[in-house]
Amino acid sequence: MSLVSIRDVRKSYGTVEVLKGVSLEVEKGDVVAIIGRSGSGKSTLLRCINGLETYQSGAILADGIEVGGLHANLRELRRHVGMVFQQFNLFPHLTAAENVMLAPTVVNKTPKKEARAIAAEVLAKVGLSEKMDAYPSQLSGGQQQRVAIARSLAMRPKVLLCDEITSALDPELVNEVLRVVEQLAKEGMTLILVTHEMRFARDVGTHLVFMHHGKVHESGKPKEVFAAPQTPELQQFVSGIG
Amino acid sequence: MSDFSFWVILKNLIWATQWTIALSLIAFIGGGIVGLILLFLRTSQVKWLEVPTKLYIEFFQGTPLLMQLFLFFFGVALFGIEVSPWTAAGLALTLWTSAFLTEIWRGCVEAIPKGQWEASASVAMNYIEQMRYVILPQAMRIAIAPTVGFSVQVIKGTALASIIGFVELTKAGTMLNNATFRPFLVYALVALIYFCLCFPLSWFAKRLEGKLNVAR
Repeated sequence: MSLVSIRDVRKSYGTVEVLKGVSLEVEKGDVVAIIGRSGSGKSTLLRCINGLETYQSGAILADGIEVGGLHANLRELRRHVGMVFQQFNLFPHLTAAENVMLAPTVVNKTPKKEARAIAAEVLAKVGLSEKMDAYPSQLSGGQQQRVAIARSLAMRPKVLLCDEITSALDPELVNEVLRVVEQLAKEGMTLILVTHEMRFARDVGTHLVFMHHGKVHESGKPKEVFAAPQTPELQQFVSGIG
Repeated sequence: MSDFSFWVILKNLIWATQWTIALSLIAFIGGGIVGLILLFLRTSQVKWLEVPTKLYIEFFQGTPLLMQLFLFFFGVALFGIEVSPWTAAGLALTLWTSAFLTEIWRGCVEAIPKGQWEASASVAMNYIEQMRYVILPQAMRIAIAPTVGFSVQVIKGTALASIIGFVELTKAGTMLNNATFRPFLVYALVALIYFCLCFPLSWFAKRLEGKLNVAR
């Protein structure tokens, strides 16, 4: 069974339908890159997967847990589905290590000492061992985003959702974040990324999904899709970015 | 008629001031605790918790504090329950304070960026945990100045308790005036004492406001 299974999901804001029947299967170890214009529904889709947004019809199952049900166990779901945001959203009153330790200690009831060890491990993984006691305001954007990734990893998620995680960064800081994500992909982490980094989508992604007007317009192996886009919309989109 | 010297008047007023301070503290601490509980209900996004809380706040904000004191003092007595001025004043002021503090604090909670809620939700924290560990520690910073500022209103509000026979600063002033017939002196001293209680607080609130704005 797929790790994340999205079946004919529809969502509207009032009369505006933003998702018009989206289906997607994500297997363990997949790196799915979702691309598309702004307003195509790609971020909304991602946010539906961990229940930050609700949807009106269809079904999403993540790690076997139904997301949208009336009695959806969102807490259990979110322990296994991590998310990294465009704006980092670190907790500004806590140090890097405390940001990472918070959920393990509060949600999983991990003892402080053990949580600190987890924090040390995941912060080392994102290359920020020496910044454990720094506050977010003392870190660069790239460093903040890497702490945010570490914060998600501390919960040992089965799948990590990345919502345009490099879009708010200065160009010279993009690579340090992408390198961390690439490393995670190599280690077998299941990733679903909404991204504007086409080269990254092509080189690291195992699947590419092009969303257009609230639908999956085209999908396939990234290299093949980029080399020979089948639909005029994707051709236009790809050439538009150059 | 015995002659009340200036010092006797002042001594009596200062003695009565302790009850003003005591009542203010009760109202402020009690109101703070009730207000915090109401804050959790008010921001819970659960309709059947939010609506009654909203009505409660509207009632205490939308009616005069004096009426509330009367309700607690005379109203409750109608049900055969004997209420002392202490209990009535303490209770009414506590509930009145809680309504205002809840609204002040709700504003501070809503000033915290939505991303903080989303980030804490996506690491599986529930509402209480989000408030306790993520939202309130940040909201508290911006809440300090308006909260201290509101404490001035609480102190001045306690003066109304004199009307139900609670002997605090204002009531003592009235009694002393009745005995001495020196209203200008007595009430000037009463006002001065209120000012001495309130001014440091409002000065402190202003200072905090400036300080936190710079830190942001």
